[in-house]
Parts: sequence; structure tokens; C-alpha cells
Amino acid sequence: MTVNRRDFLKLAGAAGIAGAAQASSARAAPTNRVSDDWMGMLTDLTLCEGCRKCEWACRGANGLTHDQPIDDYDDKSVFEQRRRPDAENFTVVNRFASERPGENPTNVKIQCMHCFEPACASACLVAAFRKTPEGPVLYDESVCIGCRYCMMACPFGMPAYTYDDPFSPAVKKCTMCFERISKEGGMPACAEICPLEAITFGKRSDLLALARSKIESEPDKYIDHIYGEKEAGGTCWMYVAGKPFGDLGFRTDVGTTPYPELTKGFLSAVPLVLTVWPALLMGAYAFTKHREQLAHAEDEQAANSTTTSEEGIHG
Amino acid sequence: MANHAEAISLKQWVRRELFFGQSFGVYLKSLITPFNIVAAVILCVGLPIAFIRFTQGLEATTNLSNDAPWGLWIGFDVLCGVALAAGGFVLASAVHLFGLKDYRPLVRPAILTGFLGYFFVVVGLCFDLGRPWRLPYPMLVSYGVTSVMFLVGWHVALYLTVQFLEFCPAVFEWLHWNKLRKWVAWITIGATVFGVILSTLHQSALGALFLLAPGKVHPLWYSPYIPVLFFTSAVAAGMSMVIFESMLSHRIFKSRTGDHDPAQLDRVLLGLGKGASIVLLTYFGLKWIALAHGQHWNLLLTKYGLWWLVEVFGFVLLPCLLYARAVRIQSVTLVRVASVVTVLGICLNRLNVSLITFRWDQSNRYFPHWMEIAVTITIVTVGLLTFRWIVNRMPVLSDHADYQIEDH
Repeated sequence: MTVNRRDFLKLAGAAGIAGAAQASSARAAPTNRVSDDWMGMLTDLTLCEGCRKCEWACRGANGLTHDQPIDDYDDKSVFEQRRRPDAENFTVVNRFASERPGENPTNVKIQCMHCFEPACASACLVAAFRKTPEGPVLYDESVCIGCRYCMMACPFGMPAYTYDDPFSPAVKKCTMCFERISKEGGMPACAEICPLEAITFGKRSDLLALARSKIESEPDKYIDHIYGEKEAGGTCWMYVAGKPFGDLGFRTDVGTTPYPELTKGFLSAVPLVLTVWPALLMGAYAFTKHREQLAHAEDEQAANSTTTSEEGIHG
Repeated sequence: MANHAEAISLKQWVRRELFFGQSFGVYLKSLITPFNIVAAVILCVGLPIAFIRFTQGLEATTNLSNDAPWGLWIGFDVLCGVALAAGGFVLASAVHLFGLKDYRPLVRPAILTGFLGYFFVVVGLCFDLGRPWRLPYPMLVSYGVTSVMFLVGWHVALYLTVQFLEFCPAVFEWLHWNKLRKWVAWITIGATVFGVILSTLHQSALGALFLLAPGKVHPLWYSPYIPVLFFTSAVAAGMSMVIFESMLSHRIFKSRTGDHDPAQLDRVLLGLGKGASIVLLTYFGLKWIALAHGQHWNLLLTKYGLWWLVEVFGFVLLPCLLYARAVRIQSVTLVRVASVVTVLGICLNRLNVSLITFRWDQSNRYFPHWMEIAVTITIVTVGLLTFRWIVNRMPVLSDHADYQIEDH
């Protein structure tokens, strides 16, 4: 044993500091204010025809398995099953048939939403996720221990994991093509390839204005809801659609509170426990000890008389 | 090595302390018992699976998916393991801080259970983590201070250390390292206080982990109160484990229990039962407060609602009443029955939150791969074997003959 009392106290202090730091910085970098500088994406679901070229381009841009020619993506049989992004597909398109016969189906491209205050970032115990000043939420594989709490936490269920990799498994998700957009005039691969321009890349504030003007100018075509404007506190990726989002596979129960707020109350109680508990417990100990001493003294006094000794309490 | 008063050779010491004074061959033969044969079979299945897990990866051995990132190894090995190991801090604080000296004989087994419980929680975690060799990263490399998981990681690591220190007196008595023993006994109070703080925080933090999963955890189990629910139920689980264990210990390790007065043990168990009854009643009340707070009364008549009622009445209120009844009629047997129901009930709760009702909105649900179950059984088996090995050698169930009872 090499731990001495001083180390022990240092350790205790470290735990306290860890707890206190948690409370004070429970909301990491992002703030509630929407940054004017954040970049974002707007997907217009009324325009998408489900060609899935974005899936093809995404694989190429992200260095994923890219052996299928783009023509193979015309295969519509994939729409028979509802898919989700995974380690080899950072984005997927699902098709939702219309209830009214003759009406066109709605095609829905999904991927990481790039939240303002990402649940994944607040969940990560090694701070592997960060919200960049540019808008994308990025993941750093070099510190990830693979607890997958980010996947538990994500309100949109987007992060995927390479479960088949025994030695370097990692979380995989859309980066909004961070490398590409960092270059002058660069665009995310999906937006660039989209033949119908259903995906628009730009400043998030401009995209919001664009979405509003679309809804205002064609109220019959669009429902009055910009998904991502407020969902989970707001996201950089937004959607407009001709149908309620609940019918298109979107979660409508995520609320408008940023997810990190959900654990804030708990984390701010941590320093309280760290300061109050020792006082209460040491108080209880002092009280017990004192009572024992009194009982002991009484015993000695009683040694000559007939008084009985006091017994401990039985719970 | 053993600096005993009369100097003995290492060989003699090994023979006396490790093989119960038998030669190695005789000791090996004495190991052939039905329990050990079952354990050996389990290990023969489990260890190759462990090899597959660490060479082929999670996909080869688990049914985890992108929608079910946590499975049996987190739901049972970690969540249930930590809750059931809560007896250590409950008993240590009762005896060392609140002066309930009658419970003293149960402290060491409780702390040993706690220490081994946490140790094997970490072992289970290593199976689950994608890169377990990075386990120290949250302490050494990168600090995610906004994460509840960061809190859990730090506190479990620190508490494991604290419990090791708390158990050290037994190890040092066994080895006759008197100076060290004195030193660790001296820090008992500090370690106990620190242990209670750490336990309060990480038991509740394990519940708080799920605060980030509203809509994924069923609304009947999701609540802002979940940290309090986890902590309260862990106290009940810990006490019940101590009761349950004392039954096994004093049956299996009869030779190690020394000259305990059986009536004294019964009295203590009834006292623990009374305490557990009160804690369970509190927990029962909290469950309903959480329900009322979420205004989920309408969900009670759904399929999941009935399942919630089964948990709350069958595995919280029922053991609570069983404990109360047992204390009233002074029945130790009934206390033990109640402890088993409580332990099962708290496990059920943890599995409900993390697996059974998790992603209740989805049709394609997680069910553990047989290899996940096999690994879990293997870890539990190795835990039991370790517990037995220690109890059979070190002064856990009774005081060491050479050491006086030292009260603080």
C-alpha cells in the first residue's frame, strides 16, 4: 500500500473538484443563443424523390465502403424496410407511402441533426464530442472508450457503432462534411449531388428565413412546422415537409429543451452532497462517540452502585 | 511474508494458510465437490467466450445494435451489481458512524461483498466497453465533466479503492502485518464517510444516466426522480443482500463463523429487516410520487402499466410487508424470504429501466445473445469462488483470534 493519508485527502479533493466542475460547466461550450455563424442544412422533403444519390456521395466523401456504382442506388426495393444510419451509411433515405391513393410518397433523408447543445457531447465522459464554432458536431475517436452512452442519449438515435471491430471500434456519424465545408466554397457531399436541390447548405439563420418563406409562400404545399428549429433545443439540420413529421418517422416527443438541461439539476446537486454529507455524517459520528463516552463514564460510576448500563440501540 | 512471532518458512505458511494445512495433492482432491464441478463446467464455457469477445469483438458475442447500445452486461452486471453491493456502505455507516455496534459481525462480509461486487462490476464493464484498455482515460487523459457517466466512472473507481482500504484490516490480520493493520484501522472513519458520499452519488448517478433518454425509457419508469429512486432502492437491495448472504454464509461456512451466538445474529437480522421494511415503504411511496409527478395515471391500464404494477406491488410492497410481518412475529425465516424477494425486485427494476422497457416504442427489440448470458453467469461464478476463497482464509465471518475487538 503506497497511499498515505495526504494522498487520500487529495483524492477526496479531486472527487470534490470533479463534482463541482460538473455543476459549474454543466453546459459546455454551446449557449442557448443560436450562433449567427453556425452553418446548417435545410432538407425540403417535398422535393426529394428518393434517388439516394446523397447516400452514394456520402459514402465517397467519408471514405466508407464505396464499391457499388451509383446506378445501383436506383434500386427501390431498399424502401421496403425502414433503415437507420449505421457505420457504413451516415445517411439513409426512407420512403413513407401516402395514405391517399395516387399521391406521391414522401422520401426522408436522415442523419445526425447537429444539435445546438448536443446530448452526445454532454453524455460523453471523455469529451470525445464537440460542437464546432462552424456548426457541425464532431467526434474524436482517439479518446473514446466505447461506453456508447452517446448512443443512449441521442434524441434522434443517430450515432452508430462498429460492433464488428474487435480492436478499434468507434462511433460513426455524419460530420456535415466538416473537411469539405471548411474549404472556401465547399459543400457537404449530399447537398452538392442532390439533383433536385432538396438539400440546401448555408448559414443556419439564412436557412431558417428560407424555410419560413417557403412555408409562407406555399401554405398549401407545406405544413407550418420547421423540424429542427426548436426540437431538442434546436438543431443545425432542419426540415420542411408537406405532412406532419410524426407521420414521416420523426420523433415528435423530443421537446424543445436542450438535452443537457435534463441532467443539469442532478449535477448541480453533486457539490451539495459533497459538502453537506461529510458534515452530517461526522456530526452523527461525534454524537455517537460522545454518547458512548457518557455511557462509559456512567458505567464506571455505576460500578459501585446498582445502576444498569446503557445499551446500544437496536434498529 | 508472514512475520509471525515464531518465524515460519514461506512453504509452511503457504501450506497452512492457503491449503488449510494439507499437502497440495490432498487440497486438490478436497476441491472435488458438486459445486466446484458445476463451477468448472461454467468456466469451461465462459472462458473461451471471453476469448472470442476480446478477439472477435462485440458483434460476434452480443446482440447489441445501434438501437440497443446497452445490453445485459450493463443492465445486469453493472446496474444490478452496483445496487446489490450497496450493503457495504449501509452496514459500515450503521456501525462506524451511527454506533449500532450489534451489527458489527455483518460489516466485514458486507464490505467484502461490496468490494467484490464492485470489482466484478468493473470486470463486466470491461467486457462491454468497446476499448476496455482505455478504462483510465476519464481519470488520466480526457475529462468530460458535463457527463453523468464521468461522475459514475470516478466514483466507482474511488469507491473501489475505499472498499479495498476498508477490507484491508482483514487481509492484514490474516498476513499478520500489524503495523499496516493499525494504520488502515485508523482511517476507517474517514473511509466510511467518504464511502457514504461516493455511494450516495454514484448509486443515484446510475439512475441519472437515464435522464438523457426520455421517450426511450418507458414513461412509467422515466422520471426526474430516478436518481432518488435508484439510491433508495439500492439501500434496500444492499440490506437485503446482507441478510440473504448471512443465510448462505452461516450455512456454508459454518466452520468460519466462530463462536457467534445464533440468537444474537437472529436479533441483528430482524433489526436489519425492520430497517429494510422502512426503506422499502419509502421507496414504494417515491414510486407513486414519481408516477403522479409525470401524470402517467392513464398508462397504468396499458400492458406496460400492468407490468409496472407487478413490480411495484409484487416486488416492493410485498417484501416490505413481509419484512414488517417477520419483525412482528420474530421470524428470521420470513426475513430471509423477504430479502430474496427484494433482491429479485430491485434487479427487475434495473432490467426494466435499462432493457425490458427500453425502446418500448420499437418492434425490433433487444434480447441477449446466449454468449452474453454465459459471460454474465461466468462472472457471477468467479465472484462467488473469489468470495469463498477469501472467506475460507481471512477473518471475515468472525474475528481473528489474535486481535481484540477495537471500537472507534
